[in-house]
Amino acid sequence: MNHAHVGSSLAALAVLLVIAPALSGVVVRTKSAFAGRRGAPVGQLYWDLFKLMRKGTVYSTTTTWIFRAAPVVVLVSLTAASLLLPLDGQASPVQFSGDLIAFAGLLALGRFALVLAGLDTGSSFEGMGASREVTVASFAEPVLFLGFLGLVLATRRLTLSAMLGPALTAAWAHQTASLALVALAFFVLLLAENSRVPVDDPATHLELTMIHEVIVLDHSGPDLAVILYASSLKLALFAALIVEVAVPRDGLGLGWSLAAFAGGLLVVAMAVGVVESVMARLRLNRVPQLIVGAGALALFGIILLLR
Amino acid sequence: MWLLALCLLPVAAAAVTGAAPSPRVTRWRVGALVGTAAVHLALTAMLWRLPPQQALNGWLGDDALGTIVLTLTSVLFFATSVYTVGYLARATPRGGRVFVSGMLGFLAATTVVALSQHLAMLWVGLEATTFAVAPLIFHRHDRRSLEAVWKYLVLSSVGIALALLGIFFLASAQHGVPGDPLILGDLTAHARELQPAWLRAAFVFLLVGFGTKMGLAPMHTWKPDTYGEAPALVGALMAGALTSCAFLGVARITQVTTAAGLTAFVQPVLFAFGLLSLATAAAFVIGQGDLKRLLAYSSVEHMGLLVLGLGLCGVGTYGAVLHLVNNGLVKGWLFLVAGNVVLATGTSAAAGNRGLVRTLPVSGVLLVAGLFAVTGSPPFGLFLSEFTILRAAVDGGHLAIAVSTLVLLAIIFVGMAVLVMNMALGEPAPGVRPVRESAWLLAGPLALAGLVLLLGVYIPGPVQATLARAAVALGGRVP
Amino acid sequence: MQTTAELLLLLVVLTDLAVLGTSRLRTCIRAVAAQGLLLGLLPLALASQVTVHVAGLAAGTVLVKAVVLPWFLLWAIREAAVRREVEPVVGFIASLLLGALALALAFAISGRLPASDVREPVLIPAALATVMMGLIVLTTRRKALTQVVGYLMLENGIYLFGLTQTESVPFLLEVGVLLDIFAGVFIMGIVVFHINREFDSLDSARLSELKD
Repeated sequence: MNHAHVGSSLAALAVLLVIAPALSGVVVRTKSAFAGRRGAPVGQLYWDLFKLMRKGTVYSTTTTWIFRAAPVVVLVSLTAASLLLPLDGQASPVQFSGDLIAFAGLLALGRFALVLAGLDTGSSFEGMGASREVTVASFAEPVLFLGFLGLVLATRRLTLSAMLGPALTAAWAHQTASLALVALAFFVLLLAENSRVPVDDPATHLELTMIHEVIVLDHSGPDLAVILYASSLKLALFAALIVEVAVPRDGLGLGWSLAAFAGGLLVVAMAVGVVESVMARLRLNRVPQLIVGAGALALFGIILLLR
Repeated sequence: MWLLALCLLPVAAAAVTGAAPSPRVTRWRVGALVGTAAVHLALTAMLWRLPPQQALNGWLGDDALGTIVLTLTSVLFFATSVYTVGYLARATPRGGRVFVSGMLGFLAATTVVALSQHLAMLWVGLEATTFAVAPLIFHRHDRRSLEAVWKYLVLSSVGIALALLGIFFLASAQHGVPGDPLILGDLTAHARELQPAWLRAAFVFLLVGFGTKMGLAPMHTWKPDTYGEAPALVGALMAGALTSCAFLGVARITQVTTAAGLTAFVQPVLFAFGLLSLATAAAFVIGQGDLKRLLAYSSVEHMGLLVLGLGLCGVGTYGAVLHLVNNGLVKGWLFLVAGNVVLATGTSAAAGNRGLVRTLPVSGVLLVAGLFAVTGSPPFGLFLSEFTILRAAVDGGHLAIAVSTLVLLAIIFVGMAVLVMNMALGEPAPGVRPVRESAWLLAGPLALAGLVLLLGVYIPGPVQATLARAAVALGGRVP
Repeated sequence: MQTTAELLLLLVVLTDLAVLGTSRLRTCIRAVAAQGLLLGLLPLALASQVTVHVAGLAAGTVLVKAVVLPWFLLWAIREAAVRREVEPVVGFIASLLLGALALALAFAISGRLPASDVREPVLIPAALATVMMGLIVLTTRRKALTQVVGYLMLENGIYLFGLTQTESVPFLLEVGVLLDIFAGVFIMGIVVFHINREFDSLDSARLSELKD
């Protein structure tokens, strides 16, 4: 791989890392617009993170090193996962055959660390949140693989770089419906994996109904900042995945490509905001139904590819 | 011309009786019913004297099998309409215009089915029978009849929907083959050119679909409930005429597959459905406590015999066609008698009926005679037709089928005899006096019983000739 | 790029999945209405030229399947005041998976069928899938009204298959078929109405008095 590619892909990665906290802000602004409010500024999360970084950390006496290690593991695994995606539309900084499994594994590792930390506190609320997080994930992960399988079949490539890179442009010409279905499945996955409405309501502060928010109740100070940043990165990562599938950027110059990338992320964030505005949170026992529905969409896409 | 008149007459009558004011049954409405039935019967009789007719570009035509089904339907309907005069005078609720229009609509739909040479048209007619019969089943407007009509509607709608899919498969099979699409004559003439894969699929779907309307096991589950809850005269029409029309559908597609040389594929399927129906009937006849439900299972049994005969080919086909007529007539007979029992005692359950021979002298005797007729004892027609089917099984080397059929028939005979004898003989409940039976209510069953007896002793020449032509058209032969 | 007809067919399959996956009766009916609309548009998209026959078929289909019947079913649920399908025999997740399986099966089967010169390769698999999913809804749901929706889906699937045969099945018969389906759903709706009045519920599982 030549150096220009490394440069451009690192630039795209930088865009992702910087823009991530803003995406949550865009979601909030979209919801506010629907509700007729002005809403918090788009950059609110940056200020929150800044504020949290300057605070001290309190650790419960029941917790162990697992609890302290979790934020770092989460952040590192998500950053590593984003290294595998060809964010500039050409190639990723790190690539190897079957790296899509590593991608899913890194996401799982981050979730695993977070869940363990939640359990480590010994609080029943956090345990409940952990159990729900894992429940949702156990439905979501197969869907992620189904989506990847669809991409593999559409492009006949086994690395994320190749799948989401130039080969995808060719695939769109013949397999429009399948790829659209995969993108749609990924969007539902984004909602589920990031605890957005209709799976979870990030705005609620009622522990009984929360999934993600409840696991991190005991984290404070810089630890919380890292986790919040990692969460926004996860949202951005899934948004990036959707943009990569939906908007093949083969043949664009670096500048245009990055602009399209950032714009795509914002559009996805706005779509999340719209969904959050028009839908109500589902009862927890109906969440799997939604995710399996997404799986059915991906499967439909695959069937269309196989025929 | 005549064929169109036959189809349109009941449609017009149904429309007039349905649209006319006054919701109660009035004398003229029942008069219109009987009158229409009589004219229909007369027109049908005339078809026997005329050379084969055609109408609507060959969509309608009276081939031998169609004529047999048409005549059976017409005779049954006439007998039932006469019975209706007595029934509506006594029954509660007395029934409104929906009842009479439903019956006439049923006649129209069955006439279309019998005369259709176009298979999609046959489908339309058969589907229409479902809706014509639904309000008749729901006549009493109570929970039980509601349950019956729902089960009937759902099952037969799904069945008939699958049959439609089968018809489209058949049209696919005919792609690129000369002849008009879905016209029976053209299908059989060019049967060997049809695409076998599509034809097989069409056969399976049509058999399952029309088999649901026939009440072949395992799609028979609506039958006992529907026959048990519907007024007995509706049971007579359904078990006698509707099932025969559905069998006509099965026979038509079998005719095509036989002509296409797919007998090896078709035969085991028909055997399986036939034997399963017989076995199901045997299992449920034993210990049955209700006369109308008993008759329903007997109907399942006879449907099984019909497809068995059809599958056996050769003489079996002739047996099946003859059995079609016999079964239709005897079902009309027995259901009308069961109706008399219900009118007199308010129930068709064995528990509420004892010593019917004494309390209802004519109906009681007719019931016992009917038991022997329906189980295939000589000298009734069913003996002849069942014997022919069994002979075909032995001749064709299907000894296992012959033996198991015989055993199942024996079981069914015992099961039916126990219930019917319990009801007919024995001591009537104290205080029950013999009832004077209305001539309107007896004429129908007596006439039908006479016909069944006649067919057992002597089959008139023209009838025999038509039966033979029908059997030959289906790929069979005359014994 | 895919053709309009293919796109319409994919949307038909998506409406199937929507009916399988939702518990709200209203959504089910809407999905089936949308399916009816798509079915009405399909003859137009498939035909090489729009004849009176095709236009009439499209208009009749839209009128019956997308307007009258859904309107009637919505009226029925308003009368009966039911909103949800509770406790289906097979859960929603399982029925979605069954639906996906049916879909795969439909494509597998139609890959093996001898293709007569069909203009649209997705037509037959989409038809078979809709038939199968209609059967799934019909057999796994307890509410009488959902079963009617399932029946409607089944009929829609068969109609789709019938579109492969538009030359061989004349207009008059199509009208007959359409009328039959209309009458069927109408009578079923009336029975549903009676069931609701008689049992204070639309649960067809309550209909269990008759048995041997």
